[in-house]
Amino acid sequence: MSESNKDQRELIHMLHDTQEKFGYIPAHSISQISRELKISESEIFGVLTFYKAFTLEPRGTYQITVCLGTACHVRGGVQIVEEMERKLNIKVGQTSSNRKFTLETVNCLGCCAIGPVVVVNGKYYSNITIKKVDAILKEYQESE
Amino acid sequence: MQKINNPEQLIEWKQKVLSKRPLYKKIIVVSSGTCGQASGSLQVIEALKHELEKRNLEKTIGIEITGCHGFCELEPNIIIYPEGIFYKKLESKDIQKVVEETILKDKIIPSLIYEDSKTGQKISQQKEIPFYKKQMRVLTENNFRVDPTNIEDYLALDGYQALANVLFNMTSEEVIAEIKASGLRGRGGAGFPTGKKWEICREFSSDTRYIICNADEGDPGAYMDRSLLEGNPHSVIEGMIIGAYAIGSSEGFIYVRMEYPLAVKHVRIALEQAKKFGFLGKSILGSEFQFDIHMIQGAGAFVSGEETSLMASIEGRRAFPRQRPPFPAQEGLWGKPTNINNVETWANVPLIINKGADKYSEIGTRTSKGTKIFSLVGKINNTGLVEVPMGITLKEIIYDIGGGIINNKKFKAVQTGGPSGGCLPAEMLDLSIDYETLTKAGSIMGSGGMIVMDENTCMVDVARYFLNFTQEESCGKCVPCRVGTRQMAETLTRITQGAGEEGDVEKLEELAQTVKAGSLCGLGQTAPNPVLTTIRYFRDEYKAHIVEKSCPALVCKNLIAYYVEPEKCVGCLLCLKNCPVDAISGERKKVHVIDQELCIKCGACLDVCPPKVGAVSKYTGKKRDRILKKASKLRALSESDGIK
Repeated sequence: MSESNKDQRELIHMLHDTQEKFGYIPAHSISQISRELKISESEIFGVLTFYKAFTLEPRGTYQITVCLGTACHVRGGVQIVEEMERKLNIKVGQTSSNRKFTLETVNCLGCCAIGPVVVVNGKYYSNITIKKVDAILKEYQESE
Repeated sequence: MQKINNPEQLIEWKQKVLSKRPLYKKIIVVSSGTCGQASGSLQVIEALKHELEKRNLEKTIGIEITGCHGFCELEPNIIIYPEGIFYKKLESKDIQKVVEETILKDKIIPSLIYEDSKTGQKISQQKEIPFYKKQMRVLTENNFRVDPTNIEDYLALDGYQALANVLFNMTSEEVIAEIKASGLRGRGGAGFPTGKKWEICREFSSDTRYIICNADEGDPGAYMDRSLLEGNPHSVIEGMIIGAYAIGSSEGFIYVRMEYPLAVKHVRIALEQAKKFGFLGKSILGSEFQFDIHMIQGAGAFVSGEETSLMASIEGRRAFPRQRPPFPAQEGLWGKPTNINNVETWANVPLIINKGADKYSEIGTRTSKGTKIFSLVGKINNTGLVEVPMGITLKEIIYDIGGGIINNKKFKAVQTGGPSGGCLPAEMLDLSIDYETLTKAGSIMGSGGMIVMDENTCMVDVARYFLNFTQEESCGKCVPCRVGTRQMAETLTRITQGAGEEGDVEKLEELAQTVKAGSLCGLGQTAPNPVLTTIRYFRDEYKAHIVEKSCPALVCKNLIAYYVEPEKCVGCLLCLKNCPVDAISGERKKVHVIDQELCIKCGACLDVCPPKVGAVSKYTGKKRDRILKKASKLRALSESDGIK
């Protein structure tokens, strides 16, 4: 195995860093990583679009993640997502026009006992019902 | 901190740690894994610190912040030692009372202790609670005692002694023989004998060998690996170092799922500490053995839990699986022999060395040895992580430990093994939990997720859920999986929407066999299991959806209608105010009516209607048809009224 191939192991790590820094993977970062690791841009594009962690579009200030693991599913997680979609007027995967919210789902956060679970920028909300959705959103809608 | 250079120093260190520990009168242990933190454990810890400081008790009363205690349902919870008093669902406002009454006066606070939902019995001792009493906590026991961010806690409990023993008293062959004799099998799903796996990897001659800890725990509803990494990361790391010594590897990787931020953090801290103390790096514990571990963070792809995909991901490529053979033991990471085990398997290793294979293999059945951690979730009273000996029955787990079904509803099925497993019905509750029995029933042990479903769960919907999941997570490399899961998901969606046709079930069965036989990796090969088992055990439900266009469990939206019972409605306006689409009309003290055309079936009205009123019902089948007919008549009437 040649050394240059071994450099590729840094790729996902670098993409994580980039995503964290900018909130997405900008085109210029792809070129930069390509030069640094000597991997073609198309290869990098292929890798980053394969994984859910990376996006090519900037995300909102607040990232709302609704868990749709099996336990959350049987306890009504889908209804929570739908309510979020209605309230924010965006679909899963989209960002609101004011760049404030991005709505996403996840397949399991591993805290199944307290589902349905919603996470906003790392803060966990447990046992969510449709009624509680408004209160969660208000917490962030009013903040700047 | 100085490196530990020989086994004697390790023992000295342990004694030093023990002797410098303050002699607390009481220790308050706070469960603070992800579930705990999500439920407010951090606030409880703050309040505790504040309260103890206020009363100048910090020197006499200790606070130990640990990982998850397993009883997720009752988070945040604390245990007060030496008495072992268990307090559940604490809030900051309870803390003052806890300190005043229990810490200072040794009085138990009745409102905070556990109450058995069936018998009404109040239990103050953690060990006496049925949820804990019937478990056999071997791997998870130290989660009560270890602050995962402090290696000294692990050392105090004889941590890394198994490693010292292995490095100085055993040859690699002897370690492998010991693991083989223990009967340990992989806890990640397939159940391959661990010792045999190590031996195969060791036998391929190569200058470099790698070992990997698979912590890409992607099965929805399974989180025991998260709990182990969060709560006791050194046990996993020690297991890996022992494995590396046995296999002859000098570099290892822990691949952690990115959805587990706390586990990532604790593993990072644990690795740094292990390096500082000389458990990783060059000349470990003064021996000639060297080994290092890197942590890799996943990037959100379920398929990377499959071993060949995982290796591709570590190499920085798309997580595509590949054909086996060659197996990873032969050609793995960067073409070198590689051994992959999952988190729970690694955590078993130090235990086997410490206890001895003979003692370890006393637990379990003839073919499945040791304990297994299950995550008991879904419609069950005592949700949480339970560790039980292999061979226990499903019934014992669900009823004795789990406390039965929420609200005394009827048990319908238990789903084991995540998207690769199947749904087992009530007739199977007496099954013994071991690798062979579960496979024979059409499901698998898998990583240990156990999702309990009651009469209000629609089995066709569950199959649809899993197939949507695998369809989305299929990497797309091979056709049977890519196209097959999609076709199955679409057919199932159609059935749940009331557009199923005669022959759909047979088509699903045929397709399932093709996908099973033709797929490249485990994801595709096992993806049809949820469909096949639900058809096998719940064929009537499929029939109801297809022929009668009804959903007996009242779940599938297109087949149900919400209805306000006129004789029960008290006209309180609650449902009307909470309807997100303003589909309910009515006035105070007058019967409310749902506009069936506007209704999106979100269930908000049913949620908010006070239980003693209970005026909102769901209907399916003929009754639903009648409700819809009546509604459309009413609508026509009011429209013609409007014209006049």
